Amino acid sequence: MNIHEHQAKALLKSFGAPVADGVAVFSVEEARKAADQLPGPLWVVKSQIHAGGRGKGKFKELGPDAKGGVRLAFTKDDVTAHAKEMLGNTLVTHQTGPAGRQVNRLYIEDGADIARELYLSLLVNRDTGRVAFVVSTEGGMDIEEVAEHTPEKILTINIDPQAGVTDADAGSISDALNLDGAARTDMAALAPILYRAFTEKDMSMLEINPLIVMENGRLRVLDAKVSFDGNALFRHDDVRALRDLTEEDDKEIEASKYDLAYIALDGEIGCMVNGAGLAMATMDIIKLYGAEPANFLDVGGGASKEKVTAAFKIITADENVKGILVNIFGGIMRCDVIAEGVVAAVKEVGLKVPLVVRLEGTNVERGQRILNESGLDITSADDLDDAAQKIVKAVRG
Amino acid sequence: MSILVNKSTKVLVQGLTGKTGTFHTEQALAYFGTRMVGGVHPKKGGESWTSGMDGAASLPIFASVAEGREATGATASVIYVPPAGAADAIIEAIDAGIELITCITEGIPVMDMVRVKARLDRSSSRLLGPNCPGVLTPEECKIGIMPGSIFKKGSVGVVSRSGTLTYEAVFQTSRVNLGQTTAVGIGGDPVKGTEFIDMLELFLADEATKSIIMIGEIGGAAEEEAAQFIKDEAKKGRKKPMVGFIAGRTAPPGRTMGHAGAIVAGGKGGADDKIEAMKSAGITVADSPARMGTTLVDVLKG
Repeated sequence: MNIHEHQAKALLKSFGAPVADGVAVFSVEEARKAADQLPGPLWVVKSQIHAGGRGKGKFKELGPDAKGGVRLAFTKDDVTAHAKEMLGNTLVTHQTGPAGRQVNRLYIEDGADIARELYLSLLVNRDTGRVAFVVSTEGGMDIEEVAEHTPEKILTINIDPQAGVTDADAGSISDALNLDGAARTDMAALAPILYRAFTEKDMSMLEINPLIVMENGRLRVLDAKVSFDGNALFRHDDVRALRDLTEEDDKEIEASKYDLAYIALDGEIGCMVNGAGLAMATMDIIKLYGAEPANFLDVGGGASKEKVTAAFKIITADENVKGILVNIFGGIMRCDVIAEGVVAAVKEVGLKVPLVVRLEGTNVERGQRILNESGLDITSADDLDDAAQKIVKAVRG
Repeated sequence: MSILVNKSTKVLVQGLTGKTGTFHTEQALAYFGTRMVGGVHPKKGGESWTSGMDGAASLPIFASVAEGREATGATASVIYVPPAGAADAIIEAIDAGIELITCITEGIPVMDMVRVKARLDRSSSRLLGPNCPGVLTPEECKIGIMPGSIFKKGSVGVVSRSGTLTYEAVFQTSRVNLGQTTAVGIGGDPVKGTEFIDMLELFLADEATKSIIMIGEIGGAAEEEAAQFIKDEAKKGRKKPMVGFIAGRTAPPGRTMGHAGAIVAGGKGGADDKIEAMKSAGITVADSPARMGTTLVDVLKG
């Protein structure tokens, strides 16, 4: 689950991280009030969407020469003018795709005098099974590009979960970032703060780009991007409350209510599969036979009849879907439960496109019998190859 | 022969009394009499569990893994505990000195697994999973949720990050009459107990295993590391015919595809790099998930 920059900063501030003063606003009037509240003489007006590259992004509705999604304002009138141009318009960045995202809220922040821009993030390093700091002196730019062109400028410091961030770890981070004086002292405090925020709130990613050294030598978190481990949300009511549904796909929101892993794609064949690996492989084989998957959908291990019905409804709600492939290899999932769900869903929502079902594994005979006796127009498939060929043929002819 | 488990392996069930634990324990008992020797429940120690299937098997419930191990001599445990308590269940099994811990539970918070991993690294236990289908040696022992009916005793070692693709490989190798020595699902989470290399080492050492199928997916670098391992071992003269498959060729970058570990991030973890790494290690990569079995037959024909 992702949150907005202003929410991430408020969270980090509550742990004691150095963050500038700022106000989140939803209207031009609020933007003006925010400018009045902040000391100036410099303000930053920042679009709040769940995507990176906002500064270099362009608004669809404005001309190509218009400024991007993060703007400096030197007067309060500038703040108002920027807010007018940005709110309600669609920001396109390299992470949003061509459709872009509507900007519904802005963050008005106190400006800072920047001496150096650094990169710092925390993530779970799967190679070591530990939380790691990833740092670079090349802050303020796309870290993927730094990784590609100058990988030696990115350093990783793994943290032993039993010891936490030691003085030596904080020293290594400061060394890697060439910090001295006040900035080095600040880092000795900041590194454990960030580690505590990351672990206590079950984050999956905490990215500060840039972390700045100000003209006065102190550190400040200038941008913050945080995402959380969806599996741990059950123990963080405060984090769940930060979710912004306007940033998410409607079908994906519906799927998440039923605990279904669903991702909308651009193709024409709707897929319902159990298991993430098989779901990806099913997408792959559809493409191999010349068609495109309309979605990734893993109904998971413990699917009930209701869950399968919900999954089926989500797939059929997608107008691009010209055919549906259900591919189930039951282990924990029983084929009879899937079959009952499919039959119930078809009876409830109707079937306007070809449906191919491939069942294998636990209780497969019972599942097949339920499908055969349903009297519905369902094409059975013997195996994965057969299933993929049948659905692609039905859709593409 | 086989790896990890055989007909003498005794298994305790953590989370036996729940619906999932009950169903799969019944299935395990019905699968060539896998030696399920008891369940663990902190509040139900001293009670017993009765199978709902005909034959009505009964198993003792112990208050802790340590007590169960003491009483039964179990060397393995399987965990069906819900996500919030699963990490503690794994740690309890580690502390009790269980040699092989298999955690089926899906959806354990990553930070919990970071905590488990730190304990695991300081122990002699082996953990399969979490978020995995378990391990099965045909006609001998079934730990976890793999459907026993698709297996056939034979010569192929199967190792996979994906549960249902493990079944796919097993189903296909049974169909082409090769059968399996053992099939192992290592799980799809980013922080887990066992990596490909650990299993490949065991399969290379197992005499009955004549060939290997390895199924990876996008995300991380475990497949590349495994390919390097296979390359290095081949130089030492240890080599078996291998077929690979990588799921997620068509996955869009930056999105987590169901498995918390399946994500292409920052240009890394993509399918093409993994396929290249496997090919360069002499592994034949099947282009379709439906052709792992037939591809292996072709490889064995030479």
